[in-house]
Amino acid sequence: MSAFLSQLARNRWILPALVVIGFAIAILAHYQPIFSGYTQIILITIGINIILCVSLNLVNGYMGEFSVGHAGFMSLGAYTSAVFTTKWLPDIPMLFPVAVIFGGVMAAIIGFLLALLSFKTRGDYLAIITLAFLMIVKSSWENISYVGGPAGLLGVDKYTTLPWTFFWVVVTMFVIRNLVYSKFGRAIIAIREDEIAANAMGVRVREAKILAFVVSSFFGGVAGALYSHLNFINPKYFDIMKSTEILVMVYLGGISSLGGSILGAVVFTFLFYQLENLGLGYWRMVILSSLLILLMLFRPRGIMGMKELAWFLPKLELKERRQS
Amino acid sequence: MSALLEIDNVTKRFGGLCAISNCHVRVESGHTHGIIGPNGAGKTTLFNLITGIYKPTEGDIRFRSESIAGLRPGRIALKGIGRTFQNIRLLNNQSVLDNVRIAYDSQLHYSPVEAMLRLPRLGRDEKQSIGESLELLKPFGLADHAHGLASELPYGSQRKLEIARALALKPDLLLLDEPAAGMNTGETADLTEFLRWVKEHFKVTLVLIEHHMHLVMNLCDRITVLDFGQPIADGTPEEIRANPRVIAAYLGGTGDED
Repeated sequence: MSAFLSQLARNRWILPALVVIGFAIAILAHYQPIFSGYTQIILITIGINIILCVSLNLVNGYMGEFSVGHAGFMSLGAYTSAVFTTKWLPDIPMLFPVAVIFGGVMAAIIGFLLALLSFKTRGDYLAIITLAFLMIVKSSWENISYVGGPAGLLGVDKYTTLPWTFFWVVVTMFVIRNLVYSKFGRAIIAIREDEIAANAMGVRVREAKILAFVVSSFFGGVAGALYSHLNFINPKYFDIMKSTEILVMVYLGGISSLGGSILGAVVFTFLFYQLENLGLGYWRMVILSSLLILLMLFRPRGIMGMKELAWFLPKLELKERRQS
Repeated sequence: MSALLEIDNVTKRFGGLCAISNCHVRVESGHTHGIIGPNGAGKTTLFNLITGIYKPTEGDIRFRSESIAGLRPGRIALKGIGRTFQNIRLLNNQSVLDNVRIAYDSQLHYSPVEAMLRLPRLGRDEKQSIGESLELLKPFGLADHAHGLASELPYGSQRKLEIARALALKPDLLLLDEPAAGMNTGETADLTEFLRWVKEHFKVTLVLIEHHMHLVMNLCDRITVLDFGQPIADGTPEEIRANPRVIAAYLGGTGDED
C-alpha cells in the first residue's frame, strides 16, 4: 500500500491530469447542472479559500512573519474590482478578468507599502502593524460613501463562476510554487530561519520581503475580487474574524506547504458548511478554533507543516532528493 | 599598495559602554590576520562592525579603499566579505545543499518574473548552482550529507558547512569567528591545515578570531591584540609573543615582571 502511495506521489503526470480534469468538470458544471447551486457555491468558496490560504502561507509560513491583515488585502481586491465592474468598466462579462487583476494590483500596491514597514519591524510588532492596517482599511470602506459606506456595495454582477475560480486557483498555485522553488523562495525561507545569517550569505533581504508581501497581497486581492462577484460585500465581512479564518486554515493545513494549504482550505471550508448544516452555525468558530488549539498542542506545524507533496516539487529538486 | 581592509579610528558605543574605541586595523591582501584578546575585548563586535550588523559610532571602515561603514549587511556580503559566526548560524531546517545554494544564489541573475513563470533561464541557472554547490561540498567532506538537514550534522561538520557557505559567496575576505571553538588539539591541527588549504585554493584573505594560540601562531601572518576595545599590539606572531603588554593582558599584571 505504501509502495503504491509513494509511486502515486512520484508520478509527474497526476497533477497536470488533475488540472485538466478539474478544468473540464468546472466548465461542464457551468453549463450542465451536474452540481446543485449550493454545491457550486461550496466549491467556489473552497477555491477562494485555497487562494487566500496559499497566499497567506507565503508570508506567515515561508517567511515566518505573522500577518493578520490578509482580510484587508482581500477587501481591497473585492472593492476595487467591484468598483471597476459596476462603475468604471463597461458592463461586459469578458472584462471580469481585467477587474480581478486590477483588484489584485490594488492590494499589491498596499502590500508593497506594508513590506516597506517590515524592513524596520519584525515578529510581534509587525503583527500589530498588520492589525492596525486591517482596521484602517475596514474603517475606510465604512467611511467612503462612493462604495456604499457601512451598508456595502450593491449591484455587483455575479461574474464569479466555477471555471474562473478554478483558473485563478491554478494561477495562484503555479506562481507561488514557482516562486517558492526559486532563489527568491530560498531567500524568503532564509529570512524565516535566521535573518542575520541570511544577510551574511548575501541574501537580498529587502527584495525578498517586498516580493513575498506583494505576491501574497496580490492573490489576497484576487480572492477578494472573486468573492465580491459572488456575494454581497460590506465592510463588516472583512474584519479580524475573516483574517482569523484564513489563519486557522494556514496553520491547520501546515506552514510552508502548498499541499497543506490546499488541505487546510478544503477541510476548513467543508467543516464550516457542515457545522451550519448540523445547526451549529453560531458555534462553528468556537469549534474550529478549538480544533486549532488541539492542533497547536499536538502537531504545532499543522497537518503537513514543512512537508510538501512531491507533486509540487520541481523536477530539478526532486532529482536531487532521489539521488540521496 | 593600500590594504584590502582598513579599520580606521573606529569607535562603537552601546549607550555608555564603549565596546570598541579608536581602533585601527589594516588587513593586507593575501594575508591571514589573527584577532586575539581576552573575552569581552570586542573581537566579535569588530566583526559585526565590518559586516554591517552594527554601524560605527565614529570612524570609517574601508574595503578595497571603498567605505563600507553604514552599508546594510547584505550589501557588504555581496561586496565580497564572507563570515562565520561564533555560535553557528546555519539554516537548520534546510538541507546542507540548500545552505550553500542560498549563498550561491547571489550569482544567479534571473528576475522575479522569470522565477514566477519558471522560464528556461531559471532551469539552467539552478542546474549550474546545484552542480557547483555539490562540488563545493566535496572538499569539506559534506557531499555525502548534501540532502540531509543542516541541524543533523555533527558539530565539527556544521562549522565546516558554515565555511563552505561563506565561500559560496566567492568572497575576497573571509572572517572566521572562533573556527576552532570546541575542538580538541588533534581537530585543531587538522583545521589549521584545512584553513591553509582554503586560503590557497579559494584565494581569500582570512581574518580570524581565535583563542587556540597554537593555531593562531601557526597560521597568521599578522596578529592584532585587542583589550578593552582597543588594539594594544599589532605585529607578526614572533613580535606578539614577545610583547610585554600582550603577556600582561593575558596573564594579568603590569607587564614589567619579566
